[in-house]
Amino acid sequence: MEKDFIIRTKNVDFYYGAFRALSDITMDFEKNKVTALIGPSGCGKSTLLRLLNRMNDLIDGTRVEGEILFEGRNIYAPDVDPVEIRQRIGMVFQKPNPFPKSIYNNITYAPKLAGIRESGEIEALVEESLKQAVLWDEVKDILTKSAMTLSGGQQQRLCIARALAMKPDVILMDEPTSALDPISTAKIEELIDTLKKHYTIIIVTHNMQQAARISEYTGFFYLGKVIEFNVTEKIFTNPDVKQTEDYITGRFG
Amino acid sequence: MSAMKIRKNILTLHAKEIAIRNLFGFFAFLSVLLLGLILLFLFREGLPLFKKISLADFLFGTAWYPTYEPPEYGIWPLIVGSLAVTFFASLIAVPLGLLSAVYIAEIAPTRIKEILKSIIELLAGLPSVVLGFFGMVIVGPWLQETFDLPTGLNIMNASVMLAIMAIPTISSLSEDALYAVPREFKEASYALGATKYETIIRVIIPAALSGVSTAVILGMARAIGETMVVLMVAGGAAAIPEGIFDAVRPMTASIAAEMGEAPFRSGHYHALFATGIVLFVITLAFNLIADYISNRFRETGSGTL
Amino acid sequence: MNGKTFKSSMRARYLKQKLFFGAVRLSALLITLALFGILAYILANGFRAITWEFLTQPPTDSMTKGGIMPAIVGTLYLTVGAILVALPLGVVSAIFLTEYAKQGALTRIIRIGVNCLAGVPSVVFGLFGLGFFVVFLKFGSSILAGALTLGILILPTIIGAAEEALKAVPQTFREASLALGVSKWNTIFRITLPSALPGILTGAILGVGRAAGETAPIMFTAAAFFTAVLPKSIFDEVMALPYHIYVLATAGTHIEETRPLQYGTVLVLIALVLGIDLIAIVMRSMIRRNKRW
Ligand SMILES: Nc1ncnc2c1ncn2[C@@H]1O[C@H](COP(=O)(O)OP(=O)(O)OP(=O)(O)O)[C@@H](O)[C@H]1O
Ligand SMILES: [Mg+2]
Repeated sequence: MEKDFIIRTKNVDFYYGAFRALSDITMDFEKNKVTALIGPSGCGKSTLLRLLNRMNDLIDGTRVEGEILFEGRNIYAPDVDPVEIRQRIGMVFQKPNPFPKSIYNNITYAPKLAGIRESGEIEALVEESLKQAVLWDEVKDILTKSAMTLSGGQQQRLCIARALAMKPDVILMDEPTSALDPISTAKIEELIDTLKKHYTIIIVTHNMQQAARISEYTGFFYLGKVIEFNVTEKIFTNPDVKQTEDYITGRFG
Repeated sequence: MSAMKIRKNILTLHAKEIAIRNLFGFFAFLSVLLLGLILLFLFREGLPLFKKISLADFLFGTAWYPTYEPPEYGIWPLIVGSLAVTFFASLIAVPLGLLSAVYIAEIAPTRIKEILKSIIELLAGLPSVVLGFFGMVIVGPWLQETFDLPTGLNIMNASVMLAIMAIPTISSLSEDALYAVPREFKEASYALGATKYETIIRVIIPAALSGVSTAVILGMARAIGETMVVLMVAGGAAAIPEGIFDAVRPMTASIAAEMGEAPFRSGHYHALFATGIVLFVITLAFNLIADYISNRFRETGSGTL
Repeated sequence: MNGKTFKSSMRARYLKQKLFFGAVRLSALLITLALFGILAYILANGFRAITWEFLTQPPTDSMTKGGIMPAIVGTLYLTVGAILVALPLGVVSAIFLTEYAKQGALTRIIRIGVNCLAGVPSVVFGLFGLGFFVVFLKFGSSILAGALTLGILILPTIIGAAEEALKAVPQTFREASLALGVSKWNTIFRITLPSALPGILTGAILGVGRAAGETAPIMFTAAAFFTAVLPKSIFDEVMALPYHIYVLATAGTHIEETRPLQYGTVLVLIALVLGIDLIAIVMRSMIRRNKRW
């Protein structure tokens, strides 16, 4: 069967000023699958992730070469509005970053601005997103409380719910559990497992077990290059490249 | 759901973003335009003077008799007046401002530091007319009696009151500069067995020197442009002073005092605007120098990162 | 180093330090004394003049008796007008500088412009107001001309404060919003600006305090020597507290006679200006303490 790739990068180079952070990245991300990006610190994982929803636009003096296709369309083409791309490709950050607003308003913030006005629809959206993020039972009675009062793990699930409320096609996650305790981490991993039925997830992680547990595909990065990109099982049991093996077995250096 | 609904607005949004950016840019640029406009209108009302007299006679003429017949428009005494009060005010304000900044940045306990910073901010907030008033009713009579002078309204008095106006500028900007000196510098110095005094004098102040110089220059610019204090306490004599107890008439005071009586677009009126140009140019120069120094400092600062 | 010489040289070094610290403390003390000396003196001489009538009546008997109500009202009008001009303009400029502008020639020029505008002497603003608003735009000496002049005067203060407040908003807030596909404008308007609001307001309050105390810029653009009635439109001249002090203290034949009135007016002006500043200072320290992020 022909695979359905939702995002494809073709020979992408990326520069912070004169510094080339990514070179010749060619990867295809399959729809409704989880892809993990691993590699040592500073190898460019976050850079690639932020490239996929044009968050790097915010940094002065950056430059992209090559093509990044989202559903076949180059997202860096001049007539593309980054705002649209970000509505369809959501992002969850390393550190939970809820707005200093109520839980309810954190969820409704973006959908309202995107033009959803009808209050019934909004309320349904809040409930649905929080349930998807497995947070509903914990917060359904305190929706008007400030999101800042939640625990770190709850905040991160709220951030996921917030991203889900926009009904994106893809969710990018940059080390979403690195600031969390093991129980919260487990919850989020479960959550990712249920989400992949409807969403394409690309996740950066430093936790090898996590990558092995939750992803179908894994890409190993080193010094701004993709060293190996394959089915997760293959990467973790029988990698083609020695560097990959050294890294996942902790012999890297 | 609304995914479709969401996508509809996109193109119009894009154009709107650019429009907003440009609009905001225009308003931000307004500050520059205003600066130009100020210069333009100073010239418009000031330049006609130079149909009557030459620039050199205006700047270096020693007689300021704008209401005599024929009038004389030499502002040299006014320039000297401005420089004199600024110089003596700096003699008081620079050490006090700097030392208090050192106290706040390096020595004072946290509580006292917070209080002192508030005090300096309140001092900066004192309206100049209040300081002028204080100089008139308190400092003036006291000077007159103590030194047995014909008048207590003189360079001395104006310098003291101006110093009070300049101290907050010098102190708070210097404190920022001292505070920004990296900890490693200080620690390195202490680790070599230097005392706190030696560290402050040999390491911290030199490292903060450009910031401190900026502070001093801006403090002096503040003093030279200050109006109400010198209008009320400098004595008002448009003559070149011979001593610190002589009365002077700085440029700002002359403008403020005489503009009300100068007939519209008379030679006197134009001369006052021309004086404004001189004042504008002097303070602009001070500010550009300060900007240059602090900017060069920033470049070397980031280069060491 | 030999132990003995080390000890004696240490003594000399500590002596220097002691002297220096003494000078440093003395300077702090002198500054404190200057502020409180002035305040105490004005308070001691002025409080007797403060009566209900003084605050609510216009001057009488060619300004040798009566109150200062028109000056209070005039200062209020001028100050409110100035902030109406400067706040929107300042906030918009600051938003451009912090949120939109890339590092480049344009930003650099704007920054230099703002710095230089901040350094223009207040009497030059007065001249500009006279030449531009009063004469060229034919506003006459009026609330409008005075408020515009004061507004431009405090514009750099407002820009500076707003910029600082905007910069203090964590970048993660902006990123979170943008990553949800919210437009830049909405991100600024709904997230960044509300988070920066307390800081911006603090700056605005400080600007109000500055505007209320200025004399030179309004001398030729708005201030009247004496008006018995309150202004009816923005094209009317007004009395103002700082100018009233100047007039009473320097002009006329009753300078000694009206001293109590002068002290009273000074006290009212100081209470107004420093009261405003104090509110801003307290507000700012509260913001710093309750940072929610
Ligand atoms: N804003 C920036 N400006 C300049 N260089 C940057 C910037 N952000 C990242 N870099 C550089 O780009 C390279 C890749 O950074 P990136 O953050 O993508 O790494 P990473 O793989 O996510 O690392 P980590 O695992 O530590 O998060 C690094 O060398 C980093 O120093
Ligand atoms: Mg990273």
